[in-house]
Amino acid sequence: MMYIPQRPPVEYKGLSLKIVRLATRWGPTGISLALRFAWGIFFAAVVALVLFVWLVGRFINPLLPWFIRDFVVVVGLLGFVCIVAIIGIWGERKVSGRIQSRLGPMRTGHWHGWAQSLADGLKFVQKEDLIPRDADQPLFRLAPYVALVPAFCAYLALPFGVGWVFRDADVSLLFVLAMLAIEVLGVIMAGWASNSKWSLYGAMREGCQLVSYEIPMGLSLLAAVVATGSVNLITLGEAQSGGWFAWLIFQNPFLFLAFFTYYVASLASCKRSPFDLPEGESELVAGFHTEYSGFRFVMFFFAEYVAMFAVSALATIIFLGGWHSPIGGPSSPLWFVLKSTFLVWVQMWIRWTLPRIRIDQVMHACVKYLLPFTLLLFLGSSLWQLYDNPAHPAFKGFANLLRGVLGVLGLVLLGLYFFGAGYGYYNRNRLVGQMARRHLPGA
Amino acid sequence: MKEIELQSQPDLLHDGEVPSDVRTEELVLNMGPQHPSTHGVLRVILQTDGELVLKATPYIGYLHRSAEKIAEKVTYRQFTPYTDRLDYLAAMNNNLGFALAVEKLGGIEVPPRADYLRVIFAELNRIASHLMATGSYGLDMGAFTPLIYCFREREWIMDLFEAACGARLTYSYITIGGVREDLPEGWIQKCREFLDYFEPKIAEYNNLLSYNHIFINRTGNVGICPAELAVAYGLTGPCLRGSGLAWDLRKATPYCRYNEFEFDISVGRGQNGTLGDCWDRYFVRILEMVQSVRIVRQALDKLTDGPVQAKVPRIVKLPAGEVYYEVENPRGQLGFHLVSDGGTSPYRLKIRGPSFCNLSVLPVLAPNCLLADISALLGSIDIVMGEVDR
Repeated sequence: MMYIPQRPPVEYKGLSLKIVRLATRWGPTGISLALRFAWGIFFAAVVALVLFVWLVGRFINPLLPWFIRDFVVVVGLLGFVCIVAIIGIWGERKVSGRIQSRLGPMRTGHWHGWAQSLADGLKFVQKEDLIPRDADQPLFRLAPYVALVPAFCAYLALPFGVGWVFRDADVSLLFVLAMLAIEVLGVIMAGWASNSKWSLYGAMREGCQLVSYEIPMGLSLLAAVVATGSVNLITLGEAQSGGWFAWLIFQNPFLFLAFFTYYVASLASCKRSPFDLPEGESELVAGFHTEYSGFRFVMFFFAEYVAMFAVSALATIIFLGGWHSPIGGPSSPLWFVLKSTFLVWVQMWIRWTLPRIRIDQVMHACVKYLLPFTLLLFLGSSLWQLYDNPAHPAFKGFANLLRGVLGVLGLVLLGLYFFGAGYGYYNRNRLVGQMARRHLPGA
Repeated sequence: MKEIELQSQPDLLHDGEVPSDVRTEELVLNMGPQHPSTHGVLRVILQTDGELVLKATPYIGYLHRSAEKIAEKVTYRQFTPYTDRLDYLAAMNNNLGFALAVEKLGGIEVPPRADYLRVIFAELNRIASHLMATGSYGLDMGAFTPLIYCFREREWIMDLFEAACGARLTYSYITIGGVREDLPEGWIQKCREFLDYFEPKIAEYNNLLSYNHIFINRTGNVGICPAELAVAYGLTGPCLRGSGLAWDLRKATPYCRYNEFEFDISVGRGQNGTLGDCWDRYFVRILEMVQSVRIVRQALDKLTDGPVQAKVPRIVKLPAGEVYYEVENPRGQLGFHLVSDGGTSPYRLKIRGPSFCNLSVLPVLAPNCLLADISALLGSIDIVMGEVDR
């Protein structure tokens, strides 16, 4: 008889097993009870929270309620950021699917695969925590946090509307820009700590690309700052109330161009195509996160989408009227989210259309063209402020004429977009649907 | 104090130069065999200075399956499935090359309907193969969408092949003495529908990828291969024609009644850079798809009734002798050098794989280009490792 080695039965033990046992024992009952009394539990929790905060302020320390309020807001902001990333990842897959005449995720969660990112996230959390043997352990562990946390911190000063901001700082624009710039540190850390040549190449590319594109990005924003005289994002947003003609992008031709230079530079600064060289999969395998897997990789992934929304939000506040309605109605944070989402969608659109630029072309484009051009825009915007005031009445007519032309130009661009979208939608069968309808030649 | 230090070390005074006592060396980078843009299990050792590639050495053999040795142990008919696996993206053309070599040595006459069917399938497979090359070249350049568009059309060709012979990748359809079986009912109509559908799509690829400014900047003036170099290294197919040489075996030594069809040899003209750059090699494939559509249309019109198989015994016996036969594959000239000692299996079979010869030019073109250009180069040479390693 052949000897078959028997593996000893594995003894699972530990806290996580206890939690799993407890959850399988009490989970179904608890969830069904919680669902039955969901509204009651919610209201009870709110009442308990308010009571708790009041009691703390009354008896322990009068300053503590403010601390608790801040804590709750930060947790809420963290939740919002996570939702932005999750919806962004799902949206990216749906957008890429539609652009490539596919469907994208359709199964998970039944309705157009809405739960795909959640399922992916769950898978990533379950994965083994792999660190290469030769990696620089502490740096390798630290890098994902350094990439994600600043991107989240940018939201602390990002206003969603008047009063819809965690901290109304006087220098909020600088704060947001600075926070977005720190991400590069995490990427370089990751590339260096991975101890892989491909990662190192990705990190170095990221370093030189980000540091170069920060300059045209900041200069484009400065052109807008000159026009309003403030680096407070709320003041910048409030300066544009009263319909789309009041948006800063349509105020003078320099700002109109500055919006586009800012948008290009922001694509480069959050590593989006056609500037996705740090993670260019056909050249550098996966760039700086080649060696990362599981939850650490998720943090880089989240950081990218969080930064995408943040740069779009910045463009919305500074150039596209922020939280103000384009037709002059009441302003609302919803307008802000809508406009930012549109800009994020354009980023995705660009990514799935264009090839990638080479590294020398990236640097040439920045140093030779974008940088001098944004400097000119800054100069032009400053000069415009010199003449566009009551001291120069003759200039006013010319300025208003140009504003009108720019406003109509913006409207035409938007109209072209909707015309193209409608044309594609109504001709979708002719454009993409043939394979689906006539599948097999033998059929 | 600092000045004294610098004076004692004059090298440090020169800004940007490395002091002579600091040892520097190039970074050796191992690209492959599991790299996304080496198109299979190719391994390239790169010596780089920053982003600049100084030297590239390809290492092959990771997919070697001894196809040539196997040929000596199996009968002629049994070897046809092995030819499928050489260049698995153009299996029909491989079948055709082997069948023609055997038929030439054995003096086997093929009925006309089989000849036209062979042309139709070879050209359809050429389109499918070039679609794959075009799409994956877009992917190499970082554009994902052209790949899916090309696969959408390639899928239709796969469906046509599946309807005709039951397989989607390894067909073994073109066999010794003709083709394996006749077309199913309604196949010709479906094929015409596909051609009508496919022709306007080529303009779509051009708008999306070929004439894209970024794409031209990435591929124009990169990896320039002059005509002399191409001839010296034995390049064939789109790589040779991309250098401006109008050499096509379908015109030079027509087989399978290719002389009855009207088509042009597509050559690179260097309109977006220098003649023989990556863009030219890429665009020759797009132009060839147009010509292939033309050929398939004519072949469908000429298709006569009749048998599709010559009367060939099940176990083929060839007279003693040797033959060398080349056909124009999507990737170049595929040659079979067949030596027979009069038995039922070849005494020796040497296969000249076009990918293998085309790859040989990589170390010549690679020096002094950037790291990202390596994938541009490899993609424009368009190798299939199954054929390089055989």
